[in-house]
Amino acid sequence: MCLGIPGRIVAITDESRQMAMAEISGVRREVNVACIAEGPLEVLVGEWALIHVGFAMSRIDEGEAERTLQALRDLGEAQEALEAMTQGQQSLEAAR
Amino acid sequence: MKYASEFRDPALARALLARIAETADRIGATRAKPVHIMEICGGHTHSIFRYGLDKLVHEGVEFIHGPGCPVCVLPMARVDECVEIAERPGVIFTTFGDAMRVPGHRKSLMQAKAAGCDIRMVYSPLDALELARRNPGREVVFFGLGFETTTPSTALSIQAAAREGLANFSVFCNHITVPEPIRALLNDPDMMLDGFIGPGHVSMVIGTHPYDFIAEDYGKPIVVAGFEPTDLLQSVLMVLTQIVEGRAAVENQYARVVPEHGNPVSLAAIADVYERRPSFEWRGLGEIDASGLRIRPKYKAFDAEEKFGIGYATGRREVAEPEGCACGAVMTGRIKPTACPQFGRGCTPEMPLGALMVSSEGACAAYWQYGGARAAAE
Amino acid sequence: MALRDRLVTLAHGGGGRAMRDLIDTVFVPVFKPPGMEDQARLMDAALAEPGARLAFTTDSFVVTPVEFPGGDIGTLAVCGTVNDLAVGGARPLWLSAAFIIEEGCEVELLHRVVASMAREAAGAGVRIVTGDTKVVGRGSADRLFVTTAGVGVIPPGRDLLAAKVRPGDVAIVNGVLGDHGATILAARGDLALEAPLQSDCAALGHLMEAVLAAAPGTVCARDCTRGGLASAVNEIAAAAGVGVVLDEEALPLREEVRGMCEILGLDPLYLANEGTLVAFVPEAQAGAALAAMRSRPEGRGAVAVGRAVSAHPGQVRMRTVFGGSRIVDMLVGEQLPRIC
Repeated sequence: MCLGIPGRIVAITDESRQMAMAEISGVRREVNVACIAEGPLEVLVGEWALIHVGFAMSRIDEGEAERTLQALRDLGEAQEALEAMTQGQQSLEAAR
Repeated sequence: MKYASEFRDPALARALLARIAETADRIGATRAKPVHIMEICGGHTHSIFRYGLDKLVHEGVEFIHGPGCPVCVLPMARVDECVEIAERPGVIFTTFGDAMRVPGHRKSLMQAKAAGCDIRMVYSPLDALELARRNPGREVVFFGLGFETTTPSTALSIQAAAREGLANFSVFCNHITVPEPIRALLNDPDMMLDGFIGPGHVSMVIGTHPYDFIAEDYGKPIVVAGFEPTDLLQSVLMVLTQIVEGRAAVENQYARVVPEHGNPVSLAAIADVYERRPSFEWRGLGEIDASGLRIRPKYKAFDAEEKFGIGYATGRREVAEPEGCACGAVMTGRIKPTACPQFGRGCTPEMPLGALMVSSEGACAAYWQYGGARAAAE
Repeated sequence: MALRDRLVTLAHGGGGRAMRDLIDTVFVPVFKPPGMEDQARLMDAALAEPGARLAFTTDSFVVTPVEFPGGDIGTLAVCGTVNDLAVGGARPLWLSAAFIIEEGCEVELLHRVVASMAREAAGAGVRIVTGDTKVVGRGSADRLFVTTAGVGVIPPGRDLLAAKVRPGDVAIVNGVLGDHGATILAARGDLALEAPLQSDCAALGHLMEAVLAAAPGTVCARDCTRGGLASAVNEIAAAAGVGVVLDEEALPLREEVRGMCEILGLDPLYLANEGTLVAFVPEAQAGAALAAMRSRPEGRGAVAVGRAVSAHPGQVRMRTVFGGSRIVDMLVGEQLPRIC
């Protein structure tokens, strides 16, 4: 229930039917943007959305995406620091 | 691919796996006494196997594959009804690819197509609408399958058909909802689940609050997750962290796509077009109250059950499952696919007995394709 | 003698003057067969060499749509059979071409298909020397079906055999995967996906000769047509009783093919290719084989994608980008797009 993929809205194709052209890795497909439309549709051009069965279902929040990635990177650094500390500790103990 | 590739970074995964291992150790989870985390959604099952996450996580973390596969929970009788509709003269029966191979009592849709029915695979209900516009002399029926992720798309399509006055378009509605079967599972005394990974795309429609009861009434953590491997790993870590801290809450790992209150347009369309059936039959789970949707009377011109006099509109039918099929037990997490006596014997991808082997995201098909079972056997 | 009809009718298959006119207008001027007897009578000196063997193969082509970006049914018909000969180590010599034409098919389409075939054949260094034409009623064929059979010569001392693959042999492909399959999916129109893709359809005879010259120890090769790379490698693993491990990170894929697979839920390992082969080469010669491929336009994207191993004989696995491992099985039936 789940095959959704991020795509970028590149053009509005039919304002009255709320249809736009989305691009996913160079592949284009007309999608319905009713779920993400708030006012005039041109605003959506350039925006990213989650595309599922020909509908743009939810806007992708760039800030949240960056926050999630940053949290992961921080975890990575913290983990490295932890491992470095643990190794350092072990070397110290071995040296005694 | 933007918003996908970054979340598949193996370097990020390494740190997550290490942290998961530490947390699992702190909980005291071992291979013999694991933490059981259910991923509800079939798409998550697929991701777990595709990236081998089940083999990469600490051995004290065990994934239980939940019933969130709308194809897998499709009863055989429903497939029979699809075939019946497809066999009516003048019908173009449209469906997602997933449903084509599910066995019915007589045939699957694939077999019905071979026998001469006009059955076509489409990517979107919009394509079915277009077929109806272009073929005014034919009756186009769309098989509306899926959880809340897909429900808005058929609702919006029915609304469009109504606006245009399309007389030759209808939907055979098989939409189901996620919270109810979870409640049914949690009420099962044999259930031994410690936490949940929540369906990311269902949640982009319904938001995160429909899962509050899981934490509040049953005291289990649930983390709504994205579909990339780091999303899943991060969500596992968040579930384990709640467990070790003795908390039970609904958390949203997929905030970049899932808004807390869901999508207003989708929810409005669903409310306008659909209403809850008093109960609905789920393969392997039996009848569950208020878990299935049907088209409201105001849109009955687009309801295939009304148009063709079929299905629940005509009252109850008996719904026997094939002999020896243990799909229900596998789906509720009671047994692993390899413990099903039919797995690899009476039930294989070439000759599937049950839907879990047919559907590409069914636990059994995933075990087979990605080798969880056969690799483990060596 | 000139054909005035725009569309092919049943009369054109009747064996009479109408059929003669069709053949003389559409096929003969382009293919220029060596004689007008029912059979082509041929000799090539290489066949007479002691130790040389005749290679013989056939294939039918039923693709829909008949014309697609990057080629048409004719291009496939020539390249497919040439490649079946080439991957067996044969130098392709002659092709036959049989056409089953649906009543109502446009003559102009036939002209285009035949022109494509002549072009491909010339490029591959083969001649189309004999053929057949039939016309069937409307609805009995999808506009046009083509069957080609091909004959080639395997030089003495050359014996490519899947069963001879040994652990350590390196699996090499000559270019990106899945272009043909993805192009056909997009071209079918019912999924309403637009992608700037072309079929990778190409004749690989010259490429194979270059590889075999640079790496004479090459064990076997297979073209990755229906069922994709995964099916070809599974067949080889089964024949040789070896395991194969593919490296997901190494698989060459266009962004657009990746995108189509993500949208439709398909696995690119199973998408058809019409100009991509996989060859198993002993490790010591893998570098030379790669260089030989890359020296040809059809092999510029050549890359090693895996190797044969002694573990899990007969089974193909893949090391995922995540460092995990998954089994890459034979395809069961057709791959279908999914939403879940």
